[in-house]
Amino acid sequence: MTGAQILIECLKREGVEVIFGYPGGQVLPIFDKLYDVQDIRFILVRHEQGAAHAADGYARATGKPGVCLATSGPGATNLVTGIATAYMDSIPIVAITGQVKTHLIGNDAFQEADVTGITRPITKHNYLVKDVKELAQIVREAFYIASTGRPGPVLIDIPSDIQLQDTEFIWPEEVKIRGYNPTLFGHPGQIKKAAKLISGSKKPLIYAGGGVITSGAHHELKELAEKLNAPVTMTMMGLGAFPGTHPLSLGMLGMHGTAYANHATMESDLIIAVGARFDDRVTGRLDAFAPYAKVIHIDIDPASISKNVQVDVPIVGDAKNILGQLLEEIKKVPDTSDWHKTIAEWKRKHPLRYKDDGKIKPQYVIEQLYEVTKGEVIITTEVGQNQMWACQWYKYLYPRTYISSGGLGTMGFGFPAAIGAKIGCPDKTVIDIAGDGSIQMNIQELGTAVCNKINVKVMILNNGYLGMVRQWQELFYHKRYSQVCITSPDFVKLAESYGAVGIRVTKKEEVRPAIEKALSIDNTVFVDFQIEPEENVYPMVPAGKAINEIIAGLA
Amino acid sequence: MRHTISVLVENKFGVLARIAGLFSARGYNIASLAVSETLDPAISYMTIVVDAKDEAVLEQIKKQLNKLIDVITVTDFTKKEHIDRELILLKVSCSAKEKPKIENIVEKFVGKIIQCKADTAIIEAVGDQAQIKELLDELEKFGTKELVRTGRIAMEY
Repeated sequence: MTGAQILIECLKREGVEVIFGYPGGQVLPIFDKLYDVQDIRFILVRHEQGAAHAADGYARATGKPGVCLATSGPGATNLVTGIATAYMDSIPIVAITGQVKTHLIGNDAFQEADVTGITRPITKHNYLVKDVKELAQIVREAFYIASTGRPGPVLIDIPSDIQLQDTEFIWPEEVKIRGYNPTLFGHPGQIKKAAKLISGSKKPLIYAGGGVITSGAHHELKELAEKLNAPVTMTMMGLGAFPGTHPLSLGMLGMHGTAYANHATMESDLIIAVGARFDDRVTGRLDAFAPYAKVIHIDIDPASISKNVQVDVPIVGDAKNILGQLLEEIKKVPDTSDWHKTIAEWKRKHPLRYKDDGKIKPQYVIEQLYEVTKGEVIITTEVGQNQMWACQWYKYLYPRTYISSGGLGTMGFGFPAAIGAKIGCPDKTVIDIAGDGSIQMNIQELGTAVCNKINVKVMILNNGYLGMVRQWQELFYHKRYSQVCITSPDFVKLAESYGAVGIRVTKKEEVRPAIEKALSIDNTVFVDFQIEPEENVYPMVPAGKAINEIIAGLA
Repeated sequence: MRHTISVLVENKFGVLARIAGLFSARGYNIASLAVSETLDPAISYMTIVVDAKDEAVLEQIKKQLNKLIDVITVTDFTKKEHIDRELILLKVSCSAKEKPKIENIVEKFVGKIIQCKADTAIIEAVGDQAQIKELLDELEKFGTKELVRTGRIAMEY
């Protein structure tokens, strides 16, 4: 078999059903072999960044590794933002890039870039294939590394001469990497210590992150919360890990979290962190964070533990296993009735709110979107105000239904990610909540969506601004609006020119009918909501402040 | 504070770049780095001297190193019985008159004058941190001109 055939055979055996990619000079042998492949779908994107995000969206929606493929040089560098996005959010993708012929490497050849060098700090691991005999082993390892432990992107750079070389195909049944052995079960001694802390606590708070979703630990999380009668707050990456409609849910915490989640964090005497990493958007001013709390930290990545916040009981391992172990170990449950009274008071005093007037408020749009869809869809988002409103005003009931670029905060992520999610979950409605700025960063993927009949809905909260930056300039830079006013094309005409459908909404009463109409159309739809231009995201904790120093925004 | 750690890694191309990249990306300082093959040619041994402002940073460095797929083991010598050595080459001014004095000093340490011509001697010496420092201090008065050090290597007892 040639290297190209071996690659494709390996992808099949790994269960790959779709590749997102773009051809080019140094991947011609692979594309030639793909020409005859029936059982792997190929989605031709319009820009390689779209391929990386689509593979990422596919992975987030399905839990399976997403695969993207690009040529050498610019093809590969265009993947970089998508790979970095997946890396920051621990998403399993396998990126395959062509490379110039082996003897030309280092020669500044046409479309040559040191792709393993460029991607080293943004991949979990990467490979440059120098011998076709190693290719099968490398592909096997790549999928194994990407999808186990703390998942992440793995890149395989394959010179075009390697793709053409012949060798015997040997499928490695087993993968053994001596430097890579993720811990899966929690240390029994640590579980005992954690159980003891939990039993003795009065104000426990479960702080759930994306790791719960990765590990599939949402059932165990719910069981734990209900057993302890403990409130649950989620990071942005954790939304969907615990039903947003559950009475114990406090919603999201942090910079744009609910006031009651932040107050609960600051008053709690025991934080049970599950698959979360105490990111600065969550903790605010670190030395003021959760001053009364002991911290139990469950995480599969030892390096996440005590990185930002000093932890009392670290438990390294897979969240699902550890929560199972904990549930068995906890005999005495704490009495949290007083704690809930305090929280209920915060909820009563500081609910999420906005001034609902005659104008189209973005919060209203998302509330209506929830009313119409009831949490039974997959939401992706772009980055900025649209993303934060999507966190605050939509209720996520299941894991893998909220898909957003958390760590890297990549504008332009949501639309291609929606395309990937829709391919992974064809029976689900997939909706990208976008801003007019973000959507223009990968708007070319309209071509991909329409051409491949990938029916996704894009709800553009169009305020004519790069809204989040404008909000910061308003609040912290004396309203000196520097380069945040952004013009857009006519989104309706633009959608139509691609063969999609466009709907413009200029009045509040049109919001719900427009959503209903968009959902009923069997095509990609752009809905252009002309929202209140200077609406802000509240509550807000200014950067560097303690998370209970909240700007509520409403008098 | 300086800490000596050793890292056993897969002897593959790019591994050094992974380690160096990790340090630069996360803002850790490498004071010295020595790399060589081990008895098993598939494995390389790195001795890294790191500057870590506190215990937490040192912990992070070790954990981050361990996360690299090509890293097999990380050993921190801070609280372990170990020996460490470094080889230096030093150019020092050396007139015919001063040569015996310099020879005397160098012989107190594990060192020798390799070459001496045109008033300049090249000295090699092996020692631990303290010994090397002492030697350099003693030779300073003769006029040290150029110094090359291999970086520290260390081994557990």
